[in-house]
Order: sequence, then C-alpha cells, then structure tokens
Amino acid sequence: MNDMRIVRKDVDMNDTKISAKGVQVFYGDTHAIKDVDVEIKDKTVTAFIGPSGCGKSTFLRCLNRMNDTIDVCRVEGKILLDGEDIYDKRVDPVQLRAKVGMVFQRPNPFPKSIYDNIAYGPRIHGLAKNKADLDDIVEKALRRGAIWDEVKDRLDAPGTGLSGGQQQRLCIARAVATEPEVLLMDEPCSALDPIATLQVEELIDELRENFSVVIVTHSMQQAARVSQKTAFFHLGNLVEYGDTEQIFTNPQDERTESYITGRIG
Amino acid sequence: MPLLWLFILILALGLIGFILGRARALKNANGDIRLLHSLPTYYGSNVLLAILIPGLAVMVIWLILQPMVIQGQVSSMIPDTAYSDKGALNLVMSDVRRVAEGLDIAVEQGTLSHDQARDIRTELTDIRARLGAVGVALGSNVESYVLKAAQKYRTMNAVGNWMMTVAVLAAALAGFAISYMRTNKDMRARNSVEKVILGLLIAAASIAILTTLGIVLSLIFNTIEFFKLYPALDFFFGTTWSPSFGGGSELGILPLFWGTFYVSIIALLVAVPIGLFAAIYLSEYAGPKVRAIAKPLLEVLAGIPTIVYGLFALLTVGPMLMTVFGEDGGLGWMQGGRSVMTAGLVMGVMLIPFVSSLSDDIINAVPQAMRDGSLGLGATKSETVRQVVLPAALPGIVGAILLAASRAIGETMIVVLGAGAAAKLNLNPFEAMTTVTTRIVSQLTGDADFASAEALVAFALGMTLFVITLCLNIFALVIVRKYREQYD
Amino acid sequence: MSDFTADNGPAKGDAKSSLFHETTRTKRRNAAETRFKAYGIAAIATGLFFLVALLVAILGNGLPAFKQTFVTIPVELTEAKLDKNGNRDPADLAKVSTFGYKPVVTAALVSALKAEGIEIPFAKEEDVEDILSSSVAAQVRDTVLANPDLIGETVDFRLLASSRVDGYFKGRVTRDALVRDKNLDAEHLDIADAMVAAGLMKTTFNADFIFGSDASESRPEQAGIGVSMVGSLFMMIVVLALALPIGVAASIYLEEFAPQNKWTDLIEVNISNLAAVPSIVFGILGLAVFIQIAHLPQSAPLVGGLVLTLMTLPTIIISTRASLKAVPPSIRDAALGVGASKMQSVFHHVLPLAMPGILTGTIIGLAQALGETAPLLLIGMVGFIASNMPDGITSGFLDPNSAMPAQIYEWAKRADPAYYERAWGGIIILLVFLMTMNIIAVLLRRRFERRW
Repeated sequence: MNDMRIVRKDVDMNDTKISAKGVQVFYGDTHAIKDVDVEIKDKTVTAFIGPSGCGKSTFLRCLNRMNDTIDVCRVEGKILLDGEDIYDKRVDPVQLRAKVGMVFQRPNPFPKSIYDNIAYGPRIHGLAKNKADLDDIVEKALRRGAIWDEVKDRLDAPGTGLSGGQQQRLCIARAVATEPEVLLMDEPCSALDPIATLQVEELIDELRENFSVVIVTHSMQQAARVSQKTAFFHLGNLVEYGDTEQIFTNPQDERTESYITGRIG
Repeated sequence: MPLLWLFILILALGLIGFILGRARALKNANGDIRLLHSLPTYYGSNVLLAILIPGLAVMVIWLILQPMVIQGQVSSMIPDTAYSDKGALNLVMSDVRRVAEGLDIAVEQGTLSHDQARDIRTELTDIRARLGAVGVALGSNVESYVLKAAQKYRTMNAVGNWMMTVAVLAAALAGFAISYMRTNKDMRARNSVEKVILGLLIAAASIAILTTLGIVLSLIFNTIEFFKLYPALDFFFGTTWSPSFGGGSELGILPLFWGTFYVSIIALLVAVPIGLFAAIYLSEYAGPKVRAIAKPLLEVLAGIPTIVYGLFALLTVGPMLMTVFGEDGGLGWMQGGRSVMTAGLVMGVMLIPFVSSLSDDIINAVPQAMRDGSLGLGATKSETVRQVVLPAALPGIVGAILLAASRAIGETMIVVLGAGAAAKLNLNPFEAMTTVTTRIVSQLTGDADFASAEALVAFALGMTLFVITLCLNIFALVIVRKYREQYD
Repeated sequence: MSDFTADNGPAKGDAKSSLFHETTRTKRRNAAETRFKAYGIAAIATGLFFLVALLVAILGNGLPAFKQTFVTIPVELTEAKLDKNGNRDPADLAKVSTFGYKPVVTAALVSALKAEGIEIPFAKEEDVEDILSSSVAAQVRDTVLANPDLIGETVDFRLLASSRVDGYFKGRVTRDALVRDKNLDAEHLDIADAMVAAGLMKTTFNADFIFGSDASESRPEQAGIGVSMVGSLFMMIVVLALALPIGVAASIYLEEFAPQNKWTDLIEVNISNLAAVPSIVFGILGLAVFIQIAHLPQSAPLVGGLVLTLMTLPTIIISTRASLKAVPPSIRDAALGVGASKMQSVFHHVLPLAMPGILTGTIIGLAQALGETAPLLLIGMVGFIASNMPDGITSGFLDPNSAMPAQIYEWAKRADPAYYERAWGGIIILLVFLMTMNIIAVLLRRRFERRW
C-alpha cells in the first residue's frame, strides 16, 4: 500500500445529515442489506467500500429511494434526512430526490444539448424565474462541475458528444444544478480513464464545501484519496464505519483488514 | 400421371445410386471405414445428388420451355384474320388449349380413339357436342383452324413429353455414371456434397430476390402495356375514375389516392395515440402482472385476420355509425354504412397493437441509465417519459408510425368491405370513398381479359402502391436501424 | 409539454423545507403524473374494449350459424311419381328432376300439418312449401337415387326450413320485416310456430355448416364451410411443404454461411422489405406469374398455396434467423473443435437446438397465411360456389376451390342477413383454427424454452 496517500483533512464534526437505523433491504427473497446503522455527516465525503455484491450500491440507492423503481425491492427500517424519515408515507420521492441528487456509474447524459442537460433539473423543479436566471444557474452548475471552460462555447452541442470524463463531469454538474443537499455517487469513476478520474476526484473534494457527498467505490485508493469517513460493507453487513484514516491505518475488524490488505475482495 | 411417374423414377434411381456409391467406396477401402476420406453416406449422397440434380434440372427447364415453344408453333398456325390484337390471340389460344384438353379427356374416357382425336374434322363432326358429352363445355362452335391447332398442340405435347422423359433419364444416368466412376476411397465426398448443399442454401436465400424481381417485373410489364393503351399523364393526374368495360373509361388515380390517404389518416389518428400511450403505460408503469396480461391481449388484435375486421366494419361499426350520423334519427351526415370513417376506425383498431408493440420495443431500447439519470434528479415518471424517453425514442417511433402508415395504405379487406366503391374527391369522412387496393380487387376479379385498359390499370395501381409502400418501408427501416445502432 | 422555467413560487424557498410538506408545485406535478398515467390506462382500456367488442360481435352474430331449423316429417315416396316404369332402373330414376320431387315433398308437408291439425290459411295449400328450403327436393332426390328401394315407402326426413323461417326463430327476421318480403307471409310464421309446438320443427345443432359445402345465393340455409376448409387445408400443405424447408435453408445460409458482401446485403434488405409489402401485391404477382405466364389453373389451392408461401417466407426467415442466432457460438465452437465441418456443426448441433423456435415461427407464419384473404381474391378463389369436395389428392390441389377467409368474404358480399350470419359463423371456425395454432406455438415455446 505504498501508493496510498491518505489525505489528512480537517473533518468537521458538524451535524448529522442522514442517519440510517436498522435498515434491511430485500430483493424478492434475497436479503441484500442486513440491519445497517450509519450516520452520514454534512459537508463531508463519505465513502462506501467493499467487495462487489456487498450491498454498498444498494444501500446508496436507498438514500434517495431510487430503489422504488425496482418492483421487487423492499426496504425496512428508518432513514432520516435532517430528522425526517424519507420512507414516510407523506414523503414524495420526487421532492426527496431534488434534495438528494445522484450521479451514476456510467455517464448518462440525455440526448439533448449540454445546456438542456443542465437546465433539465432546474426546469422541472421550477428553480428559475426567467431565462436569464436559468442561464445563470446553468453557468454556475457547469463551473461547479469544473467543465465550464471546456463547453462554454458549445452549449448547444449534444451532451452525448463529449468525452467520457467530460460526460461524467456534465452529469455531476447536472446533479448540482438542482441545488441538492446531498450528492450520491455510485462508482462515478469506474468508466473513466486515470486522467479523467483525477479530475473528477478533485471535483468531489471541491463539492464538499457545499454538499454532503456519499461515494460508492470499489477502489480503496480512491476512498482514501477523497473521503473523510469510510464505511466498509461485506455480504450485506456494515462491518466498520469510521474516519477514513482510522479505517485504513487501524481497522478494528479483521474482515476490514483482510479487505484493505487484499486478502478478500 | 406420367410426370409424377418420371419424378418417382428419378428418385428411385437416386436411391439406387446412393446404395451403389456407398458400396463402391466401402469396397474400394476393403470395408475399412477408417481408410475413407469421408463417411460412407457422403459417397452415397454424392452419387444421389449427381443423379437428382441434372435430372430434375432438365425436367424443370423442359417444363418451362416446352409450353413456350409449343405456344409459338401453334399460334403461328392461327390465321391473322382470326384475331385483331394480342389479347384476342390469347383468347383463341385458350380456346385451343381447351379443345386439346377436351380431346385428351375424350380419349381417356374412350369416346374417341387416338386416331380419331388426331384426324377428326370440324366439317364432319360436331366437336362441341362430342366434347360437351365428356364434360368439357365450349362457348361456341369450334372453328376448323382451332381444331387443327388443338390437334397440333396435342401431338407436339405428346412428342415433347416423350422427349423430356428421354432427356431427363439421360441426364440422370450420365450424372450417375460420372459420379460412380469417380467414387474411390480418396475422393473428398464430404466436401463436394457440402458444396452442393451450400449451393442449395444460397438458392433458397435467393428466392427472396426472385420474389421481388417477380413482383417488379410483373408489375412493370403490365403497367407498360397499360400506358400504351391509356396515357400516363391522364392516369396520374386525372380526377375522375369511371371504368367501363365497354370502352371510354376515365382512369384517373387521384380520387383513389385521396380515399386511400383519408382512410389511412383516420386509421393513424386512432392507432397512434392509443398505441403509443398503451406502449408507454406497459413499458414504464405497468407491473409485471398487468403487462403479462394486457400485452398479449392487445396483441390478439394483431393476430385477427383482416377479413374479420372487414366484416366488423361492414356489419357492426357501419350500422353503429349510421345510428349516430345517419339520416334517420342521426345527424344526417352519412348515407350508408360504408364510409371513410367506418373503414378508418376499424383499420385504426387493427393497427393499435402494431404501433404499440413496435413502440414498446423502441421505448425499451432506451437505456435504463437515461431514466435513472432523470429520476435521480427528481423528475416524475411522466416528466422522464415526455422529456427524456420519448425524445430519445423519437426516431424509432417515427419509423414505427411510417410502417403503420404503409400497412394502412396497403390494407385491402377492411376497405373492400368497409369503405365503399364510389370514387370521389370529397372532404366528408362519412361519405363512401374508394381506395387503390379496392380498385385493384374489383378490376382483377372476375373473368376479365388481361388485354383491356380496364384490367391492366390494376397493375398500374399495384405498381403505384408497391412503390409508395416500398419507399415508406425502406425509409422507416433505415430510421429504425439507425436508431437501434445508436443504443447498441 | 409546458415550459417549466417561469412558474409561480420556487419550490425551495428555504433550504430546510420539510419533506413532509408537499409544495404546490409538487402537487401540480403529481397531478400531471396522475393524468399521464390515466391516459395510458385509458389507451389500454380502449384497446381491450375494442377486442371485447370484436369478440362480442363475432360470437353474438356467429353462434346462431351453428344451429339450424329443421322440419321432420314423413314423406311418402309415391312410386307413380318417382318411378313411372316401376323398374327401379337408375337411369330412369335419374330422369326425374327435382321438379318431380317437389310436389311429393310439398304433399308430405301438407298432410303432416293436417295430421297435427294445423290449419293452412292459404288459398292454394301448396303455398305452405315456402316454409321449407328450396333444397329439400334435391335432398329427397339424392336419398332416393342412393337407395331406390325406398320408393313406395313412407320415410321420415329431416328437412331444412327456409332461411327466413330459420331467421324467425333466431330473431333475425321479425314479423314487421315480412311485410316487405315476397317470399314469406306472416301466416307461414304462424304455421311454423304451430309446427314447433307440435314437435315437427326444431332448431338444433347443424353439423352441415361445419362440414358441408357452399350453396347458391338463394339458399343460405344450406351453405357450409367444409369444402373451403379443405381448400384451406390443401393450401396450408403447400405452404408448409415449401415455406418451411426454403425458409430454414435461406436462414441457415444467411445466418451461418453468408459472407458480408453486397449480395448478402441485398438479400437481407429484400427480405425485410418483402415482409412489409402489402399482401395484395403478392396476389398480383401470383396472377401474373402463376396464372398469366405459367398457366396454372385459376382458383386452385396449389396456386393459392404458392402465393401464400411467398408471402409467408419472410416471416419464417426472420423468426428462424432469430432462433439460430439464439444458439450460443460456444456450441458451434465445440463442434468445430472436435473436427466437424462447418456444415456438420450446423446440421448436427445448431439446427436441432434451434428447432423449437423455428417451428414456433413456422406455425405463426402458417396462421397468418391461413387468415389471409386479399391475394386469394386476385387468383380467383372467390366468385363461384365451392360445392364439391375434391375427390382425390391431385384434385384437391388442382381443382378450383375456395379457402375459409375467401368463403367468408364471398358470403359477406351476398348482402343477405342469413349469409351474414354464415360469415360470422365462418369467422368463429377460422378463429378457432388460428387460436389452436397459436396455442400450440406458445406451448412449444414454453416446453422447449432454453436458457443458455
């Protein structure tokens, strides 16, 4: 683990943004997530790591109820966002997802112009008063997505024409444009080359100023590079959760140690 | 049936060849299969194919050529004075064939001897009565040149059949001799058999091209004939359609076009919204249970033959529309049950599953990631469908609608039974109008002779129909294919 | 699609808006969502409604065709009228035409009515014969010719009632409608009612509709679909015998052997286009090539079968190629790996594995061909009366015949409510065949469905 730079950053011990209590997820008969408790802090990057199939992505998708779109999926337990149960009957998942944005594994720009890709969220949520306002939102989002300079001259070009890394930053900008409070990222760099990965990782670090970011990754190095908190999942259990530095240098559980030293995975 | 016997004979020969060939190869290898290049059956098959292919090929070619040669020979016997144009010659020739058939039947039944059939004279015998007695009814008395031609036709046919038998057997035996001689243990029998099979496969695949060629040629030649009799400009730009078999017809295609398009547009207005929404609901909203029931039920509509829809239009929908829009008690817009609206509505119903299953496929081809992206931003499902899925699927859906339009334009039975027969240029959808397909049917059914403009016009109509639907199909297929590639 | 840009009230005025509170905007969006979903449900409901309407129309109008009103009366086959010479010589018997038999049957009806005490309110007693179908004389004559010994005896006959009497019992003909009808008077219906009461007349299942032959325009009560069913059968034999081997061979070539070149492209484009060519164009092709040029007999099931073969081929090729494609390449590799030739790997391994799919596609193609009408109209399979069963296999292929859908069209054209009923009934039979074929296809697919 020579190449693993552990970034020492000040971890603000500020408010809990999301707190999950006793979460169970079932896919039909499969018990995918077993009794997970976790507290996700605001303005922090939290990484979920673990071998594939361990349930980290499934759990991530519970946080903005993307699992609702899968018919056979059933969630039990409580997930609180700012103290409000997001699985409460009164909660409209549409409103929830405006607050908890998501970036997916593969870049998925809509087959529309770059501008329309970014403006899509603000339009459906009615965030802009007029065209000029919308223009501002788009520019701000693209700047936050660290892609403004590359696309400012061709906002009318289709988003699908960008390179992979640019597409993923576009998708991040698109998610940021709706002013979410939490940003969920499901292996955002797995389809990218190393240079693009680096750019996205730098972006994630910047995003921490404004959002609570949760990132699922299968790369331990990446978790170490970008996160302040790390949760290790194994076979549907949350094995260990703590400061990134502590997890990587001094794991409490032997399964965590086996994983980070490469014996299981 | 000598042809059947000849066929069976060739098959039998082939079977014998198979056994002999196989045996020869085995003997050559002293009964040790391991010494053979190929499995023993391949040696047999090789001989079998060497017999069947030349034999059957000669037979088929002969069967195609013989009638042409005889036709040419016999028709030259008919005096020029007996016919005015090519169509009349065809009629005379069909008389000749009929008389010849009658003579054959008479000989078969024993009312005439072979010699009598050959030498019989119109001056001496009432041929019509003689043939009528054996069940061959003739329209008029038999002219002497017809009888002579018929007799010539019979003899040539008989001689031709004999020659064919000889030629076919010769070809088969030659094939047998050559392949049998060449059979030995080192011969690559499998390779040569496989080559032949590959040839057969290619031939089968080429039938698609032959069919298209057949369609195009039969349409083109008859259309050219038609344009010789009737000016093309009048056909394409005439606004009156009033064929009369006595002559003096006006054969303008425009009223037929109008009827066709009017019916198709109504059909699409029914089918596209219903089909599209059904597809959207089934692919985006419906649970697996609803989908498993509703989708096949809708597709039942596609499996129902068009004649059923035609009857439904004529006997159910038409009268129902009459009670609302008809003259007694209704709005008075409709004169009879047959109308553009009747046919259009029913055709729309027929097209619903067509539009919905094509659109369903196309909507499903939009990657799930696209939907996730939109839902993840907090869009509702309908926003996702309208603003992300449908725009992404648009080219494919346009292609589907074009295919549906081509179906509607080419549909026959519904309009034949439901749309009426009056060729009109009229805007009222409750009027009876007629379509291109309806007219093709009415001009070509019955005993029309194929030489009159009134019958040939059907080929010109068919040609127009073929070209239009072909363009729509190709265009639609290109769009759909491009669309598919985009998400592959 | 409205523009979402400028709307009243930003949804997230304060960053900490509660999730439990649904904003007005969300309410509006959810309403739009509900509406959109309702459109979808409405569309499906409409489609299903049409399906139900169609089935109700078919069953409601068609089921009566399977029942028929019959009159059962004793007929005295008087020797004086039917065999004047008294020698039972078939040649002499055949000379007595149906006109000779008619009075015999009419007299039998009159005496049967009298025996039951049913009054005949006509000036001429013979007028009561309109109750019977005009086919009855021929029926009695055929029976007598087949069995001359019956002459002189009194035999019970089950005779067809006329189509109007039949329609009266099925509710198709009303007494009001009879005012305009020259063929039958209200008095006839009174007699018919009395005959039913006396047990002389009964409406029962009519097997002749399913197995019988077509009848002339004036005798709908006699018409059946049996002969055209046989015509359809012979056409299907032709289609199956040609389309399956040719279709499979073409698919094997295109899927397994064809090199990527212009010729292959041309074939593929051709096939996908042929699948979408209007069926009537195939009729024109059949007319021009098989009848005009090849002089094959008009109206023959062989020609119909050939045309339908060409029409069905693309369907079969497309589905066969799909099933061949579904066989994983590893199977081919395995065969090639042990030294089989490409041809052997295809015929020994790929083809058998793809067979269930191929058969399913073929059955569906056959079903499509069975219901097709338009091309048959052009090669002359309508417009005549398919009254004779073919008397052998050759005659089955070559003699003029009709086909089920063509027969239905023919009946629909005759513009007689009694024939409309026959047409609907014919549709029921046609649909039963199609349904059976489709069910077989589905079962086949289920039974042999393979997951790789």
